[in-house]
Amino acid sequence: MKCTRCRAKAEVQLRAHNAGFCRPCYLFYFKRQVERAIAGERMFAPAERLLVAVSGGKDSLALWDVLAELGYDTTGLYLGLGIGTYSELSHAKAVQFAERRGLPLRVVALEDEATGLAVPAVAALTRRPPCSACGTMKRHHFDAAALAGGFDVLVTGHNLDDEAARLMGNVLRWQKDHLARQRPVLPATHPKFVRKVKPLYLVSEYETAVYAFMRGIDYIVDECPNAAGAAQLLYKDVLNRLEVASPGTKLAFVKEFLRTGQPAFAQVEREEPHDCEGCGMPAYGTLCAYCRLVREVQGKAATRGASALA
Amino acid sequence: MRVHLHPQHRTVEIAGRRRVAQLLAEIGVLPGTAMVIRGDLLLTDGEVVEDDEEVEVRAVISGGAA
Repeated sequence: MKCTRCRAKAEVQLRAHNAGFCRPCYLFYFKRQVERAIAGERMFAPAERLLVAVSGGKDSLALWDVLAELGYDTTGLYLGLGIGTYSELSHAKAVQFAERRGLPLRVVALEDEATGLAVPAVAALTRRPPCSACGTMKRHHFDAAALAGGFDVLVTGHNLDDEAARLMGNVLRWQKDHLARQRPVLPATHPKFVRKVKPLYLVSEYETAVYAFMRGIDYIVDECPNAAGAAQLLYKDVLNRLEVASPGTKLAFVKEFLRTGQPAFAQVEREEPHDCEGCGMPAYGTLCAYCRLVREVQGKAATRGASALA
Repeated sequence: MRVHLHPQHRTVEIAGRRRVAQLLAEIGVLPGTAMVIRGDLLLTDGEVVEDDEEVEVRAVISGGAA
């Protein structure tokens, strides 16, 4: 197979684009895809300060690498989820990446925060799926860190596969409010929120993995042990089977949703957020989702403590 | 050939030469869900892996986020 751009021997084949690339042309292509997404969706301007959420995985580190290469003012944010060896390894990868490139990295350990507990303990106490507890905690700490650091934008490494799987889950349950907010750019809807953007929303997991490999990025290959059985992985598998039968399906699913479906859902009226009585961050009820989780954890921990003493 | 599977941390032995596409089908990996790596190079579906070679099949799927 030959490179679509220069006719040299191709090292990567992208069926969805009916294209193949050699290494230099692939790196050019990938960077251009990200630049196009940033410009096309007006995600941020060169002068803005970006907080990049990094997990130590391929997507977030590839994204941080591209943004730094493009000259943006970036700071990494790593959340220590307390998931045993997996978290230790992913933390080490994020730190190593930042040190090698001389990029600033902030680290927040969940065990040092309000619940005093990491994801596995919170999930066990509340009997929530680990991914649900993790998502609630992550969203809160991303918002809080962006606000505290005075950043203009929070950047995440969600890729095309993430967006297609999320869309499938939202459609299967017709979650109108979620569909209304599924966009590559979420404007700040409250003075304590910053804009949230996903510059990788049109590049596949395979493409980010290839970029990370070609750039020599040392990322964590192991899967989060809590992800086994997660619905998102099932949706990804279904979508990948569709993609094999009809290349380009995932891209069309997401792009056409954003072009034709999402604007209709966006018209669904939603209450404006106000200040959470617990932490002061934006909330759609008296308490934000994070503070509800914290209260639940504290209540259950107290009950357990009392039972142990009885 | 020796095929190292990641993140499973498992190695399988397959006798004879194979095209990458055949190899992936044989080990039950969908195209586009894993990189096939020989040394420091990626292989496309049409490349041939010889009987005496080693390759890494590295999955690219991650997830579970709410």
